[in-house]
Amino acid sequence: MRLSRRRLAVYCVAFLFAIVMNFAVPRLMPGSPVDSMIAQLGPRATPAAIEAIKARFGAIEHPIWRQFVDYVVGLAHFDLGVSVKYYPQTVVEVLGRSAGWTAFLVVTAIAFSLSIGVLLGAIAAWRRGGRFDSFVSPFSVVLIAVPPVIIALATLFTFGVTLRLLPVGYAYDPSLDPGLDFTFFGSVFLHAIMPVLTLSPYLIGEFQTTMRSSMISVLGEDYVTMGRAKGLSEAAVMFGYAARNAMLPVLTNLALMLGAVFGGSIVTEIVFNYPGLGLTLYTASVARDYPVIQGQLLLMTIATLGANLLVDIIYGVVDPRIREGRA
Amino acid sequence: MNAGVSLFWRQKKAVAGLVIILTLCLMALFAPVLAPGDPSERVGRSHQPPTVEHYFGTTKMGRDVFSQFVWGARPSLAVGFATGLAITALGTIVGLVAGYFGGRTDATLDLATNAVLVIPNIPLLILLASFAGTVGPLAIMAIIALTSWPWGARMTRSQTMALRQREFVVAARMVGEPHWRVIFVEILPNLVPLIGINVVGSIIYAIVAQTTLEYLGFGDPLRVTWGTMLYNAQNSSAIIVGAWWDIAVPAAGIALVGLGLALINFTFDEIANPQLRSGPALSRWLRLTRMRRRELEAAR
Repeated sequence: MRLSRRRLAVYCVAFLFAIVMNFAVPRLMPGSPVDSMIAQLGPRATPAAIEAIKARFGAIEHPIWRQFVDYVVGLAHFDLGVSVKYYPQTVVEVLGRSAGWTAFLVVTAIAFSLSIGVLLGAIAAWRRGGRFDSFVSPFSVVLIAVPPVIIALATLFTFGVTLRLLPVGYAYDPSLDPGLDFTFFGSVFLHAIMPVLTLSPYLIGEFQTTMRSSMISVLGEDYVTMGRAKGLSEAAVMFGYAARNAMLPVLTNLALMLGAVFGGSIVTEIVFNYPGLGLTLYTASVARDYPVIQGQLLLMTIATLGANLLVDIIYGVVDPRIREGRA
Repeated sequence: MNAGVSLFWRQKKAVAGLVIILTLCLMALFAPVLAPGDPSERVGRSHQPPTVEHYFGTTKMGRDVFSQFVWGARPSLAVGFATGLAITALGTIVGLVAGYFGGRTDATLDLATNAVLVIPNIPLLILLASFAGTVGPLAIMAIIALTSWPWGARMTRSQTMALRQREFVVAARMVGEPHWRVIFVEILPNLVPLIGINVVGSIIYAIVAQTTLEYLGFGDPLRVTWGTMLYNAQNSSAIIVGAWWDIAVPAAGIALVGLGLALINFTFDEIANPQLRSGPALSRWLRLTRMRRRELEAAR
């Protein structure tokens, strides 16, 4: 499986861009983040801690290129610095605690919305102009336009506060011990319902829109007509012939949307007090815990790039034209 | 559904969208008439439900929610629209230049476009905003515009590349027209529907991003906008104490803008992309096959 050199260049540049942003922004911004961080540490500000923060944020006598090299070398050793708020914990430890929950939320929401969105999009394209299409398709466009904050607050108010149906915070019941038993999984499931429902509308809207337009162009292909002419059932032509190929643009879109999904998950986790990366980022930004904020950006960039890379590879596997055509 | 009805329905969506947006803009414009006085003034007791005196109730600080809603529309809409235009301008320029000149220029710009596209926007926004401290509307605009132009650039680029091969563009170049003239006089007018979609989509995105940033507390807390209204309501735990109006009013404002713009964009999309249209010819065919099937079933 060979990836095109162009795509790899894109990922390298994006990664480099994130690193340069992380490196440059604290050095360019007016005011001194170093002083505010040292003040934040208070009595915990040992000379070693102060030295580490100074070195990391450029309040040091080295030339700028030397600082950058040190920074990159540190990153290569998974050294993202120490958290100011949770000192002496390192950023890697702080992020490691919460990354799993966000991954769980995001993956569940994507799987859930992908199945619904693709199905709605396929049906809307199949019955183009019908009653189903003229209701569902504009509705999807509206779903994309509503900020996650509002969906989150509405969900919280309806199901969490007014109806009291679902728990309003944490990833599982705090009185439970995390373990591999049924009660624990049940609790995790119940606590994830509202966050997942909040993340999904935007995704369903996007998937439905992309699927519909790509399905419409696929329906014009000869092999679909052939399938019909063979006398196959509607469902066989729709799913076996058309929808399978129409899925490809949806996949590309999925990888590109991951950044937006992370954005949505930040807001969702804050509203539902869900212990993922978003909540960590929020507490970090309130406490001006710059190393954690930077680590967050890097981690989310890596996740998005990884997803794009994965889609590139999957794309090559499912679409033989790309596998051979690129060479 | 026959052709006339479907055409009307399509326009009706755009008209509804336009009406929503215009109403909100007029409300923002006439804020001093609709809600005289300072929106940040304390005018009543804390968390009063909606009454005749305070149409939308009061906040925890005893401020009038209606007055805040009306005045808050001003910066929210202004920043949203201006940012949307800035995003579109950036994206269109990059896309046009890359698509028209091709070669190394295109390779560089395309690389930059794709690279910025895969970097998650909101975390990047938060990084920039948190180092800048609280940010004013101009800084929010700049941050959002600089991180979200690539969608438009990609669309414009591929469209420009297709147009560049067309006879009228080739002819204009052979006649010796300068590049800027070919770009602005020959190519740009053909991109108008695309730019329309791009503007509306970018405004939607800008409003979502702006709300998110302000909700997270990066906006100027003294300035009344829909985003900071949400932020203040969240901080005074309005939902938990049951003061739904405090959250629902700014949320409804933002949702309405989103709804209106989405309706407009859906129509734009159909104009620019005739393939997506549920065309009259096809609906007739669908209706005929449905009728025939029904007849066959009845005959059986």
